[in-house]
Amino acid sequence: MGERLLDVNDLHVHFATEDGVVRAVDGVSFELERGDVFGIVGESGSGKSVTAMTLMGLTRGVNAHFEGEVMYKGKDLLNISEREFQDYRGAEIGMIFQDPMTSLNPVYRIGDQIVEAIRAHEGVDRRTAQRRAVELLRQVGIPNPESRVDDFPHQFSGGMRQRAMIAIALSCNPDILIADEPTTALDVTIQAQIIELISRLKDDFNSAVILITHDLGVVADIADDIIVMYAGRVVERAATRELFYNPQMPYTWGLLGSIPRLDRPRPERLHSIKGAPPSLINMPPGCKFRPRCPHAFEKCTQEPQLENHVESAAHLDRCWLDTDYKRAHRDATISGGHTEAA
Amino acid sequence: MSTNGGQGQPLVEIRRVKKYFPIRKGVLQREVARVHAVDDVSFAVQEGETLGLVGESGCGKSTLGRTIVRLFEPTAGEIFFRGQAIEELGPRRLRPLRREMQMVFQDPFASLNPRKRVGTIISDPMKIHNLGDKRERKARVEELLETVGLSPEHYNRFPHEFSGGQRQRIGIARALALRPKLVVADEPVSALDVSIQSQMLNLFEDLQSEFKLTYIFIAHDLGVVRHVSDRIAVMYLGKLVEVSPAEELYQRPIMPYTEALLSAVPVPDPDLAASRERIVLEGDVPSPINPPSGCRFHPRCRYATQVCSEVEPPLVDYGGGHLAACHHPLNVDKATLAATGASG
Repeated sequence: MGERLLDVNDLHVHFATEDGVVRAVDGVSFELERGDVFGIVGESGSGKSVTAMTLMGLTRGVNAHFEGEVMYKGKDLLNISEREFQDYRGAEIGMIFQDPMTSLNPVYRIGDQIVEAIRAHEGVDRRTAQRRAVELLRQVGIPNPESRVDDFPHQFSGGMRQRAMIAIALSCNPDILIADEPTTALDVTIQAQIIELISRLKDDFNSAVILITHDLGVVADIADDIIVMYAGRVVERAATRELFYNPQMPYTWGLLGSIPRLDRPRPERLHSIKGAPPSLINMPPGCKFRPRCPHAFEKCTQEPQLENHVESAAHLDRCWLDTDYKRAHRDATISGGHTEAA
Repeated sequence: MSTNGGQGQPLVEIRRVKKYFPIRKGVLQREVARVHAVDDVSFAVQEGETLGLVGESGCGKSTLGRTIVRLFEPTAGEIFFRGQAIEELGPRRLRPLRREMQMVFQDPFASLNPRKRVGTIISDPMKIHNLGDKRERKARVEELLETVGLSPEHYNRFPHEFSGGQRQRIGIARALALRPKLVVADEPVSALDVSIQSQMLNLFEDLQSEFKLTYIFIAHDLGVVRHVSDRIAVMYLGKLVEVSPAEELYQRPIMPYTEALLSAVPVPDPDLAASRERIVLEGDVPSPINPPSGCRFHPRCRYATQVCSEVEPPLVDYGGGHLAACHHPLNVDKATLAATGASG
């Protein structure tokens, strides 16, 4: 366990829109220490990306409303000015975005985009910055970095562009690297490379990583702790092994069951969670997962608190079901016995 | 040697199909190079089966899918549908056949015309083929919407009013409008969240039994493909490198590329993930403009030897419908190796 870098306390991010207030993030808390890989798992609309962008100050706007705290090295990032945030962004907290083609500027050379990041934060001359850029490309595994540094994004493959994004994010030695779906648009073989790269660089740069994804397979590999988000809230939080081997939330069971597994016999029918995530404007009262939960009962009309119900004290979940019931029904749900047809 | 799944005349058969894209430069637009997107591929698909077609980006699987339904014209080779050669048919003779072969596309955001209402999107194919009158078409659209799990009242909505998974369902409804025999699905679930993916895969299965469909299911995710396929074909850089009954591919991959693909699939099990040997391939897939000599996979293959860089391995039948193209096949016992004459 290392130095405490980030403390997110009861973060709320709401956006005022024509149709009403979108409660994108509705009470999220977690901590991050140096050397950690922290996984945030959720599907579209869970609030995971908005959480990440808020940590980078990218959700600030006229219609955005924030509550809670984001403490980074003693400073509440929600309360600093945009000018101050520019000093943090890139230098202290770096971000890798999901789609490398739209995140890289297509009309600037890769090298120039890295140099721009370096020179924004460090007072070095162009030559030095350029040399650093080449070194960074080498570190992220781009072959022939001396010549590739002058290429444009379209001359790089998807995997290489993602590596270039990682180089930009790491260019100023940030303490925290936020990776938002870093592997989603990539082939499995390239995914494996990128995950290994992120893990190695975390050690090389002595930083912490927040890995955001909907793919539980990816977090199983490298995350230390994981939160599962649904409808803007944390619905389960645990150390990785605890989450996979002792999941407490029916939504987590649903996610685990929906993945076609290569290491198990093929099921007759894939487990699927019926329905779709709720609107973040008009949320149903009580537990947000209730309309889709095959185990919902009367108490679920009241929203459960995020509490510890199992032996491992750090494992929290937001569910009224008692642990015996869960143990009895969980495996059936995950392996397809209790399937709810779509 | 047969890449045919079974007996009887296959629904679709392709023989030595090639699709090259020219690269032109200069004022006169002369062809200076070619992208060898699909480079001599043959296989057959039986009626009612699902052939999974897997490979990484750039392997040619999408191009092959489109060439089979003649969205692209093949550069060479033959395509048979129900025994009839279709690769050279003109538009008039091809049109009735187009009703029998339909496609579902990957990107639910790009494959639906944002300016058309859902009802129009799904009924357009019927209009183009002069099927039914307005009333009959509307009834059919409503029936299709229900079949794919949407509501008939969605008829008048626009695509942007739906989620990704719902749009994909609209795309499927459109593909089914003409009651095709063959559906080529090009990465139909890649853009969806995992819980929606499983809904869609179950839907594909249900539709197949209800409408007796034959699928060519293109994907890069081996987990997804395993669930829907009867047989799986693996492509690499325009070539077919392995074909096998589905389960067998996962138990006994023969081509090292398949082994590496399987190893790269993330496993949602932390202990298993930590303990298994992960084969992480070096580098990217090379360019299909200048593919490597010999076996195209040799620069990235951990077992490669001299012969691999010089001689392209043929597709060899190892029995039970399992074929692979490799000079150093994995998981094949000595007796079979000797019988097939491949080197060890």
